[in-house]
Amino acid sequence: MAVDERLGAAAAMPPAESPPARPRGRGSGAAELFQRRVMPLLVIVLFLGVWEVLCRVLDVKTYLLPTPSRIWEELVRQGPSLVEHTWITTYEMLLGFGLAAVVGIGLAVLIVSSPLFDRSVMPVLIFSQTVPKIAIAPLFIVWFGFGPTAKVLVAFLICFFPIVIDTAIGLRSVSPDMLNLARSMGASWWDIFLKIRLPTALPYIFGGLKVAITLAVVGAVVGEFVGSTKGLGYVLLKANGELQTPLLFAAIAILTAIGILFYYLLEAAERLAIPWHVSRRGQEGNWTM
Amino acid sequence: MISLRDVDKTYQTRDGSVPALRGVSLEIGDGEFVSIVGPSGCGKSTLLMLVAGLTPADRGSVVEVRGRPVVGPVTDLGIVFQDAILLDWRTVLDNIMLQAEVRRLDRTAHRARALELLRMVGLIGFEQKRPFELSGGMRQRTSICRALVHDPPLLLMDEPFGALDALTREQMTIDIQRIWLTTRKTVLFITHSIMEAVLLSDRVVVMSPRPGRVEEILTIDLPRPRKLDESGAQEYTRYTSRIREIFRAQGILSRE
Repeated sequence: MAVDERLGAAAAMPPAESPPARPRGRGSGAAELFQRRVMPLLVIVLFLGVWEVLCRVLDVKTYLLPTPSRIWEELVRQGPSLVEHTWITTYEMLLGFGLAAVVGIGLAVLIVSSPLFDRSVMPVLIFSQTVPKIAIAPLFIVWFGFGPTAKVLVAFLICFFPIVIDTAIGLRSVSPDMLNLARSMGASWWDIFLKIRLPTALPYIFGGLKVAITLAVVGAVVGEFVGSTKGLGYVLLKANGELQTPLLFAAIAILTAIGILFYYLLEAAERLAIPWHVSRRGQEGNWTM
Repeated sequence: MISLRDVDKTYQTRDGSVPALRGVSLEIGDGEFVSIVGPSGCGKSTLLMLVAGLTPADRGSVVEVRGRPVVGPVTDLGIVFQDAILLDWRTVLDNIMLQAEVRRLDRTAHRARALELLRMVGLIGFEQKRPFELSGGMRQRTSICRALVHDPPLLLMDEPFGALDALTREQMTIDIQRIWLTTRKTVLFITHSIMEAVLLSDRVVVMSPRPGRVEEILTIDLPRPRKLDESGAQEYTRYTSRIREIFRAQGILSRE
């Protein structure tokens, strides 16, 4: 169409309606900041305080339930050796998780692209999920020895399933009309995948990854339980056997911290990768309807 | 531009085959605005999908667009669906530019054209907004711009105002007329609204309930631009009454 005068005349057209009211920014205002940041901390401090006081007042034996201050002491005292064990467990867990992300997303793409693949591979996947991982772990030790390989594989096996399922759901959640539109534009399979399917699936993929990262910690520790000489799982078993309960709690605290740390790292990555989705989610939560 | 002869369409479902269209014949000329009205489930949308080559017609049917038989997706057209179906992560401008990107068209030239179209539909100043920041009407305007940015000779619209409120619908009807008068594209417009069809079209195709057949084709001989305020006038009601009469005969509308 040529841009003629009529088009120019139409420029004077006012917008027929005004846009919907802008959502108020999240986290603004002292009261909201207090609720979101200070309250959770306060609850944790209160919990630890009550724990400490109860243990002292009731004179609970340390090997049964050490006080938070005693656990902290242990953390500091065993610091150097705990750092090494923590590094090993983190490394196993991250490798397992990374492997699961690559394989999981790849499998989901194949499942969505090929009905044949879907029908033939899906039952195997479900089978692999129903076999208790903790039961296979000893087998991995037999196959791969006491090194990190067996732990990485257990972590991988325990956390790749949610990634496959969530990614597949995400890739399939493109509306049929959107696909029709893309076909009428002459879009190739690759165009549709890159410009439409993958971005649509990203929120789902992040959902799967967030579940997986917490499971990966479990996987690495389970692997270490079965047979190891290093790692936090090993520390847990050893402390348990020697009734070193403060050390046991220290290891548990570190494991929890690892899980929380990587979960929030993923949330930060999500915020960077899909701001359009994160901001809308905030809006839905606080505002509309 | 569009040529349909003895077109049948049957859907295969688990409960057997369901006929959607039976013996539909229709010719649409270049630059013509043709509306299709009919009850729900009469195969209006199916007809549009056949023309777009997004679903195949039964054997023996002839569907041609610009003289060529339709065997796969027809790409030199623009489509507007009932939902705007914008990509949430793209701005208004980038949503429109999807069309140019996928078609590997010159970015700079089409960017300018997209902005020109946004001005035409009154969305200038909103080009950097994301879909969730827009009202339903604004989203649908964006999708209309996307359907026009590559300057296709044919525009298919499947109940484009179906999800909008009554007031926005009226404004959009006026806007579509203005766009059509400016661009003179061939338009196939599917609607439930008799008034919209009469106000916008050169010809109105009235369809029967499932399986859809062409019941009657009315030529709307009214001067343009047509105005909403005139739509109560006798020249208009002559057509709307006739269409209602057909629906009454079909039992879609009651006689009361």
